[in-house]
Amino acid sequence: MELLLVLGVPLLGAGVLAVLGHRRGAPEVNVLVSLATLVAAALLVVRVIRHGTMLVWREQFFIDPFNVFLVALTAFVGLTTALFSRPYMRIEEHRGRVNAQRLRLYHSMYQLFMAAMLLALLTNNLGLLWVAMEAATLSTVLLVSLYRTRASLEAAWKYFILCGVGIALALFGTILLYFAAEDLLGSEGMSALLWTHLDAVKGQLEPRVIGLAFVFLLVGYGTKVGLAPLHNWLPDAHAEGPTPVSAVLSGLLLNVALYAVIRCKVLAEGSIPGVAGRMLMGFGLLSAVLASFFLWRQRDIKRLFAYSSIEHMGIITFAFGMGGVVANFAGLLHMTVHSLTKSAIFFAAGHASQTAGTQRMDGIRGLLLLSPTIGWGLMLGALAILGLPPFGVFASEFLILTTAMRDHPWATPILLGALGVAFAAIFGRVQPMVFGETQSRPLPHSPALLPVFVHLAIVLMLGVYIPPALAEWYRLAARLIG
Amino acid sequence: MPAPTLTAQLLNGFAAGLLLISFSMLSQRRTRALITLFAWQGAILFASTSLVAYSAGLRHLWYSAALTLVLKVFLLPFILLRLVRRLEAQWDTETLLNIPTTMLLGVGLVIFAFGLAQPISALATTITRNTLGIALAIILLAFLMMITRRKAVTQVVGFLAMENGLFFAATSATYGMPMVVELGIALDVLVGVLILGIFFFQIREQFESLDLHHLETLKED
Amino acid sequence: MSSLGVARQVGAVLLAIALAPLFMGWIAQCRAWLQNRSAPPLFLPWRMLRKLFWKDAALAEHASALFRATPYVLFGTMVLAAAIIPSVVLDLPFVLVADAIALVGLFATARVFIALAAMDIGTAFGTLGARREMMIGFLAEPALLMVFFNAFLISGSTALPTIAARLAAPPFVIYPSLAFAGIAFVMVLLAENARIPIDNPATHLELTMIHEAMVLEYSARHLALVEWASALKLFNYACIGFALFVPWGLASQHASPGTLLLAVVALVLKLALAGAALAVVETVSAKLRIFRAPEFLAMAFLLAVLGLLVHLLLGA
Repeated sequence: MELLLVLGVPLLGAGVLAVLGHRRGAPEVNVLVSLATLVAAALLVVRVIRHGTMLVWREQFFIDPFNVFLVALTAFVGLTTALFSRPYMRIEEHRGRVNAQRLRLYHSMYQLFMAAMLLALLTNNLGLLWVAMEAATLSTVLLVSLYRTRASLEAAWKYFILCGVGIALALFGTILLYFAAEDLLGSEGMSALLWTHLDAVKGQLEPRVIGLAFVFLLVGYGTKVGLAPLHNWLPDAHAEGPTPVSAVLSGLLLNVALYAVIRCKVLAEGSIPGVAGRMLMGFGLLSAVLASFFLWRQRDIKRLFAYSSIEHMGIITFAFGMGGVVANFAGLLHMTVHSLTKSAIFFAAGHASQTAGTQRMDGIRGLLLLSPTIGWGLMLGALAILGLPPFGVFASEFLILTTAMRDHPWATPILLGALGVAFAAIFGRVQPMVFGETQSRPLPHSPALLPVFVHLAIVLMLGVYIPPALAEWYRLAARLIG
Repeated sequence: MPAPTLTAQLLNGFAAGLLLISFSMLSQRRTRALITLFAWQGAILFASTSLVAYSAGLRHLWYSAALTLVLKVFLLPFILLRLVRRLEAQWDTETLLNIPTTMLLGVGLVIFAFGLAQPISALATTITRNTLGIALAIILLAFLMMITRRKAVTQVVGFLAMENGLFFAATSATYGMPMVVELGIALDVLVGVLILGIFFFQIREQFESLDLHHLETLKED
Repeated sequence: MSSLGVARQVGAVLLAIALAPLFMGWIAQCRAWLQNRSAPPLFLPWRMLRKLFWKDAALAEHASALFRATPYVLFGTMVLAAAIIPSVVLDLPFVLVADAIALVGLFATARVFIALAAMDIGTAFGTLGARREMMIGFLAEPALLMVFFNAFLISGSTALPTIAARLAAPPFVIYPSLAFAGIAFVMVLLAENARIPIDNPATHLELTMIHEAMVLEYSARHLALVEWASALKLFNYACIGFALFVPWGLASQHASPGTLLLAVVALVLKLALAGAALAVVETVSAKLRIFRAPEFLAMAFLLAVLGLLVHLLLGA
């Protein structure tokens, strides 16, 4: 029942908004739908906490602590982003960058995107997972090109083609997986595509096929995670789309794609122990290092933080690659804090660039003078994402680093180096934007900065004190990933 | 060598035909001919899927065969041809690499795909197992086409050809995926093409051309 | 070697010599029909040959013995090739002594001679044609060999009669690799016999010529022999194609006269169909620029290689 609500509400919302998304009250409807989704997700969480892992609808849906946690996170960030987007899109409309028609498209696609991501998280069927991921891509392609400028069209095209190719490879991987499991589970029904069934027999699957399948799945879904060397679409799509879209891409879509990778990794580990983990570690490290160096060359504020997302995704992938309860715990924690912090940063950065009228960082100056809230939001968000204590990012990065030092000492200096390079790059750029002089004027609509500070407050709290219930929950999920 | 059954032979023949069409697509310069080739590829896919459905007696494969016929032989080529006519983008003059080089790369890819698929084919029990390598080759060739072409329409045809290869992989290795999944995939592809259709118009509105080298401004500087 | 075998061998060669110009005439007729022109008579090539033989030969001032000998060499090699290729009877004495690779060598010999003769006079067009011919031959030969390799792999032999017998033997099996090889072979055939996508046999524009440019200086009986030789070359290629891809209807050495007659009829039928198909191909395609010719042949080569790969993968 809760499940139906979680999936149905955003879908219904998409339908409603497709009809009246251009009216004045549409942003409020968007917020309401997101709120309802969050409530449904909360109910689902309660249910899973009470009754444990559940399998519903002929085992098509599978809810365990791991994915229900991501569902809650997704619904939460979905709500705060909807809150943020209300004034943000009003300002954009005011400035003539979007019209009512496009707003309708925007609102409808936003909810569709949420529905697709939730479906991807909840389904037990690897084929449906693929379909949902593809649907998430398709719905965001139109969001990225919302402004219809040359650059945004280019970004959307790149996004579509690269992710389309990536996801095609993932489909091939899925087919191979099905192929490997078919002998064991039979081709009747969908047994050979159900993750729970596959998980039960993962030790007996043919290693060669699984190895190949995992490579395809990793490269395919990894493209959507933004793992180097297939990260090209990510900065463009983040920079050229509307800021709320950048926030949900970074904060949610990457997580969901990573979730898919991890589900596949769990299966692969059963058949080829160690190999899948090492591949994740390799890709993760490469992404983190590459992204941290690319950070130095950025002039656009949203591109800067997009590369930071790649870096953090690399770190999380590395953590899951190491495996083990502690590393998984750290990875989950990092997933949470990164998605909260990064969406907060995008909220602040979006308003900052609206204030300055440009996304180029040398054009954005003196945010503290113009609007102290935006300035402080950006500053604190940057400090949080850079892993300064007492924010939660520090805690998770610290855990990851210590685990790496214990299990894979060779990787520690690389990780530390990447973090250091990223720190210098981001801090050096954010500081002049926040402090300094300016001639820009304040915004026509008051910005919604509540989400920024709520997010940062949670991140801060997670850094200082993780509630025992949450910690227990993480531990459960971490054990499930293995 | 025992003579394989007629069905297996026919399937091998269809697989070879698909590969042949992939190569013709790789060497084809004209966009409309390319779309026609894509339709033919769909037709062969339909034939091979029906054959598998017939010989294995699987009902859901008949549905996917019908889906292929409607979607890939008629609907998508029709949409694409209309788009091409409306957008007057009939020629794809410049490829990034000259065609013999592309073909040579293609042969390399085929060898790679065969090498990759060989150990897996040995495990399959379906009568169609030999064709997995060809399916992989088709996917990689479509990939190559997307990389070496510049026009938006051509890239999309490459994308769809890749999907054809995936579909062929699904039927040849596993007798097809479950129906729900296949429907989902078909829907995604259809929606994707529709979105791309919208996209073409947007791109042309902005750039007055469908040549993608205009879309190379977003680079790291 | 039985006398019957020798007699049948001689008969087969004579048949080839007689049918080759007719085949040319038939293709010209089909093309004319397809292009809505009134068709030339079927026997026109024969009449042309007769006319040319009656004329007095004019030789260039600086022509060497090579130039004069070449038409005979050409004709001789093509007749020899016709003796090697099983066209009507499968296992004639000559057919059995040489394999397909020797055949490729034979064609190469003819090519070298005609190219040398074309340069012998020292005119610009002759040299140009020779250069182009060598380029095309250089690219077509490996493609042809690859096509042969496809057949070799399937039949495990390099001798044409064995290949034909092996492929014709029941049960009927579909060889996907032969589909690739077949397309590659048709491409090679078009290129090697100066047909349309590569060369235009009916052109009068010297700059676009390949084959014609080389024989511009020949006249009368020399020209007749050269033309006859090229007709035979096309005929030979067609028969190679039949042996590889439609190997049905060939008689064996000791077949009764009735069966033999049936085999001849089968050959004529196949020729008629092939000629019509060739005319269609030539009508629907446009001549490629000479710079595109390498691309065309490279594709033929790659297709043949692909055929090999497909054979290795599918095991069929």
